[in-house]
Amino acid sequence: MPTRRQFLKYGVAGALLLAAAGAARGQPVSRPAHGAEPLAVLGMRDREVLAAIVPTILAGTPAAGQPVDAIVDGIDRAVAGLPLHLQAEVGQLLALLASWPGRRWLAGVASAWRDASREEVARFLEAWRFSRWALLQQAYHALHDLTLAAWYARPESWPAIGYPGPPEVK
Amino acid sequence: MIRDPIREGLAAGWKVTDAATLERDLTLDADVAIVGTGAGGGVTAEILSAAGLDVVLIEEGPLKSSSDFKMLEAEAYPQLYQESAARKTLDKAITILQGRCVGGSTTVNWTSSFRTPEATLGHWRERFGLGALTAGELAPWFERMERRLAISPWTVPPNENNALLARGAAKLGIATAAIRRNVTGCWNIGYCGMGCPTNAKQSMLVTTIPAALEHGARLVCGARADRLRLRRGRADAVECAGLDARGVHATGRRIRVHAKHYVLAGGAIGSPAILIRSEAPDPHRTVGRRTFLHPTVISAALMPQRVDGHAGAPQTIFSDHYLERAAVDGPIGFKLEAPPLHPVLFAMTHQGFGPPHAESMSAFTHAHALIALLRDGFHPQSAGGIVGVRDDGSPVLAYPLTPFIWDGVRRALLAMAEIQFAAGAKSVLPIHERARPYASWAQARAAIAALPLEPLLTGVVSAHVMGGCGMADAPARGVVDIRGRHFHLENVSVHDGSVFPTSLGVNPQLSIYALTARNATALAEALTGKAPRGE
Repeated sequence: MPTRRQFLKYGVAGALLLAAAGAARGQPVSRPAHGAEPLAVLGMRDREVLAAIVPTILAGTPAAGQPVDAIVDGIDRAVAGLPLHLQAEVGQLLALLASWPGRRWLAGVASAWRDASREEVARFLEAWRFSRWALLQQAYHALHDLTLAAWYARPESWPAIGYPGPPEVK
Repeated sequence: MIRDPIREGLAAGWKVTDAATLERDLTLDADVAIVGTGAGGGVTAEILSAAGLDVVLIEEGPLKSSSDFKMLEAEAYPQLYQESAARKTLDKAITILQGRCVGGSTTVNWTSSFRTPEATLGHWRERFGLGALTAGELAPWFERMERRLAISPWTVPPNENNALLARGAAKLGIATAAIRRNVTGCWNIGYCGMGCPTNAKQSMLVTTIPAALEHGARLVCGARADRLRLRRGRADAVECAGLDARGVHATGRRIRVHAKHYVLAGGAIGSPAILIRSEAPDPHRTVGRRTFLHPTVISAALMPQRVDGHAGAPQTIFSDHYLERAAVDGPIGFKLEAPPLHPVLFAMTHQGFGPPHAESMSAFTHAHALIALLRDGFHPQSAGGIVGVRDDGSPVLAYPLTPFIWDGVRRALLAMAEIQFAAGAKSVLPIHERARPYASWAQARAAIAALPLEPLLTGVVSAHVMGGCGMADAPARGVVDIRGRHFHLENVSVHDGSVFPTSLGVNPQLSIYALTARNATALAEALTGKAPRGE
């Protein structure tokens, strides 16, 4: 168990880092990607980070090996429906990961996101999952939940798990 | 073709305003303004409007009905739940499921109906001076609401997910029983959590709210109550923000309702938050304190046979064995139930990622799950959480998971695994980041005994938020009196799960219905000066 002092130290450091990452962009969530549907809230840099992470979380499902755009779009729509305080948190997390110090120092991913291997991404996710720093554990859960929800919300994910979809009600 | 009573009522001229469509600010006058349309707001609206009072209902969420309920998680969670079903405690260690739509959580709950246990009432009598709330005093109110909402034994055989709880427990000599449900003509399809598509569930959406609207009550949905405007110990308005169609952004339109009396029924995070934002008197610092969750842990199992946990009535069997083994204020006890399993919620709840996660998901139709709901709030070491508001005014609950709770969590994970193996599980997976599927009870027992029980490693959820505006006999111990009247604001009442001074030890809807029926009837009498008509 981290001590209270450690928690405070990490907590403050983490909050400052996140605030810096968010402030650097001037707004909680970056502008919609060009051409994206109007409800979208994620920017190109956010999408690039997600495009690197999604295939690792979904490895072993039929989503693996397919283009991730549709799933990233699903995440985008889900984030757009969240209350603004949560949108801001997701925006800060993705901004942090998109930044060089965030990726290199906090996530420990040496390659640019578009070049990162599945192994590198998996190591980063595992490290955050079991981090002693609550902020990183929370961030892991956010990536886990957003990605898996976006995939299993899609009817194309259902055959592989035997879920027949909702019954007909008339 | 299934009738949609809401669309019919709207066509017939019910007075419903969607605040998203307002082109200018709106000011309304009424006898009573009710904030929230869930179990508390719905019952209050029906009783007050039947007594001839002019009622305005204010709801943060949208008005959706059976024609909208498509049984799709991707639509239901953002539309019908607080924070898209991603509401969490401050440290993000507990996920909270609460409705945000007309009908509140009753529109999306799993229909489990229990009277308030005697042990709970006894504790309230001893510790909170609520001696008048005896089982005998409440019995007529329970009977009235059970009749109103068709609460009755569910005689259809349980689905396999629930039957496994009954069979596993029976092998171990652990008693289980059937859960009563508030349904009429239920199709037994299993999508209660996404809004009932057949109107079988007797939620507030299809019972008390239509009745109130028939009596002339007005409903403003898509309006978030920001604060009560207070003057000299009274409220003289409730001020609300209009929200856009998705309920995310404020539109800038304001809704103000002036009333003789105000009833807060925004649920056990929403109601204390309104009092906090209103800067209501709180001399004993009781507002938002003692908020309880029935912290809930989960055990998944892989069965050799198909379980199809998505199909069939979701919660029909329970066991109180582990609640009854110790005194109510002893080591924390827990209730066992079997939840519905749908892909999105199951995938999010399931730990890990990549191939191990995908492999578990591929056995989705053979997955069985049990939940243990811990009865918090009775022991001195179980003081619950504290509701506060963020800078933007949104509410948040800080709920510390203490060693007292973790002790119960470990016992609960053990109890569920034992039952699942007794029911024939090939493997059992406690929902915990450090756990993996265990192939035998002996292996699971050893592993669970060694699991580090910490926030964010242990999966903890809640669908039962209670407390925060607790009832008591004196202001030092609560926020409202035994009738739900605010101790310091003479024309403000609280009618929802936030008035419970502890958790209940049972799924809360029926306790809220009955207590609200009692308190709303007394309020109608006080406001009209005459005893309400019988039913």
